Amino acid sequence: MTKLTDLGVAALRDGFRAGDFSAREVAVAFNDAVAAAKPLNAFIVETPDHALAAADAADADRASGNLKPLSGVPIGMKDLFATKGVQTTAASHMLEGFKPEYESTVSGNLWRAGAGMLGKLNLDQFAMGSSNETSYFGNVISPWRRNNGDTAALAPGGSSGGSSSAIAARIVPGATGTDTGGSIRQPAAFTGISGIKPTYGRCSRWGVVAFASSLDQAGPMARDVRDCAILLENMAGFDAKDSTSLDLPVPNWEAALSSDLKGKRIGIPKEYRVDGMPAEIEALWEQGIAWLKDAGAEIVSVSLPHTKYALPAYYIIAPAEASSNLARYDGVRYGLRELPDGANLQDMYAATRAAGFGDEVKRRIMIGTYVLSAGFYDAYYTQAQKVRTLIAQDFDKAWESCDLLLTPTAPSAAFGLGEKSADPLAMYLNDVFTVPTSLAGLPAMSVPGGLDALGLPLGLQVIGKALDEQSVLNASLALEERAGFTARPDKWW
Amino acid sequence: MSVDSATVRKIASLARIAVSDAQVEAMVPELNNILGWIEQLGEVDTSAVAPMTAVIPNTLRLRDDAVTDGDVRDAVLKNAPQAEHGFFAVPKVIE
Repeated sequence: MTKLTDLGVAALRDGFRAGDFSAREVAVAFNDAVAAAKPLNAFIVETPDHALAAADAADADRASGNLKPLSGVPIGMKDLFATKGVQTTAASHMLEGFKPEYESTVSGNLWRAGAGMLGKLNLDQFAMGSSNETSYFGNVISPWRRNNGDTAALAPGGSSGGSSSAIAARIVPGATGTDTGGSIRQPAAFTGISGIKPTYGRCSRWGVVAFASSLDQAGPMARDVRDCAILLENMAGFDAKDSTSLDLPVPNWEAALSSDLKGKRIGIPKEYRVDGMPAEIEALWEQGIAWLKDAGAEIVSVSLPHTKYALPAYYIIAPAEASSNLARYDGVRYGLRELPDGANLQDMYAATRAAGFGDEVKRRIMIGTYVLSAGFYDAYYTQAQKVRTLIAQDFDKAWESCDLLLTPTAPSAAFGLGEKSADPLAMYLNDVFTVPTSLAGLPAMSVPGGLDALGLPLGLQVIGKALDEQSVLNASLALEERAGFTARPDKWW
Repeated sequence: MSVDSATVRKIASLARIAVSDAQVEAMVPELNNILGWIEQLGEVDTSAVAPMTAVIPNTLRLRDDAVTDGDVRDAVLKNAPQAEHGFFAVPKVIE
């Protein structure tokens, strides 16, 4: 019999329904895999009891004929989602020990759908990072290694690095992620898995620790496109508690999956051919174009002229919003408090924030505070929001001649831990292909396309029109079927 | 525009983050590097462009002006570093 931990979300759901195994067997198998994978440091907190309780409920539901959409499926929860009674830290010392008295809407939706929780997944601190090296709880290690005998620890991507590492290592079948500038797609590409950021507003932000509210969007990460569609259906939906939540029905994305792309026009944005992009990524992009043609799509060349300004605009807007959002961590209502002898209230705020935030978080709060400060607001923040309008208009113009865009997900394969952490700018450039979509609020998905010469996964990104997750999933499925990506890391942990 | 150590100290004070002299010195080149890079946005002609306010067109909803929540004082105080008599407690602010 196949190992249960080799099964994805759909296979677990369907096998459980067919009576091939019990939910408890599944939960035990994954709990054991999680417990045996400590060297990856993918989890901040493990919750085997939560997974077992959900499994027992699923087994009882099956016996009484009350199957739910995710009955029998355990998942990992990024530690940015508030989970009632379970420590929620955003990977920061600031929130160490914080046990929410409430449940985030997205996690609540998943539990109501029958899913169980294997644990809270590590991430970059407050989701700020592209390599999972800013977590207070230590780096997450990718299960992948280079095939040249080099055993250097590689980055699982970020910020959803615990999610990507755990899925690639097959210690969870699927997980939640959040994406502010690429935090679902880039880690998915680095670890050879799939992940979709839906249209801004599809998934409620309520109970998700806020980073940059106009960009933050939750989405699923899993081994394939179908699994992502299933998870997204059970995460998305209108929520009155989030003022930017979209009041629209959740489509049945899984049922409408189709890799027949006849009649679809795929745009290839010429500005994404950046200097210094490895030849292997160029080649994979060309291969992706051929695959989509093979699926019946027509390929057109398009231009997104403001692409080069997306990253600098993002690094004004995101820190500006972060500096406002993170003002709440003041040592008064929750989280850490540092109270030096004789300190007054102002001293307490400053000491608490100095002790609680990591260096990258402080850096972004400082930049955000600066660009919003009197005298600089218009030159930086207003100008960035205007550039953001231009970037969104670029996409609108592209949609006049195509239905979807195909690009690489990241400009390189996974790099080694420590290789880029000394230079914040080099790290920021990792998100060059993912940030424009975030600024425009559009749905985008990364799927594995192949391996580079060192045996590391490379991803392709499909970008769609607002609310057209279906076409994004379908084109991703067409790529997935043709890529036939079955590589997986050798177990060393 | 570039920042000097006095400006960095001022930003840190606005952001309520305590910084040591050594940290200020380290942050000056780091922030200037990032600010120098984002400066390129100035090249873009935005004279006829409105700043983005919502990525996906959406209208703010109104709801009935009625109490929908409350009576959860203990839950609200549960994670407070210091709570006294049903309130958040802070160091004395009035002499």
